[in-house]
Amino acid sequence: MRVTVNGEVRETAPDATVTTLLASLGIDSRKVAVERNREIVPKSAYDRVALVDEDALEIVQFVGGG
Amino acid sequence: MAFSTDETERYTRHILLKEIGGPGQQRLKAATVAIVGMGGLGAPAALYLAAAGIGRLLLIDPDAVALSNLQRQVLYRTADVGAAKVAAAAAALHALNPHADTDARAVRLVEANATELLEGAHLVVDGTDDFATRFAVNAACHALGVPLVSGAVGRWDGQIGVFASGVTKGAPCYRCFVPETPPDVEPCAEAGIVGALTGVIGAMMALEAIKIVTGAGSPLAGRLLLFDGLGADARTVRLAADPACPVCSGGQIR
Repeated sequence: MRVTVNGEVRETAPDATVTTLLASLGIDSRKVAVERNREIVPKSAYDRVALVDEDALEIVQFVGGG
Repeated sequence: MAFSTDETERYTRHILLKEIGGPGQQRLKAATVAIVGMGGLGAPAALYLAAAGIGRLLLIDPDAVALSNLQRQVLYRTADVGAAKVAAAAAALHALNPHADTDARAVRLVEANATELLEGAHLVVDGTDDFATRFAVNAACHALGVPLVSGAVGRWDGQIGVFASGVTKGAPCYRCFVPETPPDVEPCAEAGIVGALTGVIGAMMALEAIKIVTGAGSPLAGRLLLFDGLGADARTVRLAADPACPVCSGGQIR
């Protein structure tokens, strides 16, 4: 299955979830929000949300400065 | 409330807009807006909100003006260095618009005093620089049933959203976006920040506040605007309430 992550096409396992995607990228899920097809995925759904072919994902780093 | 001749002339460009007009300008005058954090975001937001004719501005920040603030906090002058930010801000805002009342609170907002500090505000604008304060502001806004305009910056990036979990059933709160404090996020003092970016995001926060108060257009509720200053790119994404959110439990009004 092919998905786009931050503009780059990546091959993922057919049973990939947001959790497995972040793990494969070595990203700490506490530092980012994950946007899937222009919608932020609720953090509590990371294990449940199965990625599908041609999903467009963006990893958004949190910023907290002011 | 009738407008004086000075006010009518001052706000002419607003009154010309069909989405604001005289009634919208009256709503701005009748509004109390709290600004938490009078730094890179709060300073430009306060300038535009005072200029726009918000009747009362509650300014909350415990810090004094530092020389390194002046690269972006354009509300302050070199002579203000060392003065309490809220006092310097109140003087500058009064000079800009004597019709805007200010209430300066030189205190740090924390979980224990947040509700008390924000009570009476119709809208809260959060431009603070740490997640603990952002969480405290969000929880208080949810409990008080007040909409929150929240903006954040880091290096070249800005994020802004309107969180109305205490107002609209099913609307997300800030914790639906950031559930827990992200580890190792560098504050602006360590990571650096472009001054002009804080102006962009701070002005957008004021714009969202003006829209909410006047009822103009579509606020960024249930959406986030992500601004990439380096790439000169911006996009909006949808944000839903998270049923597991520790504050709003999926947009439940208290």
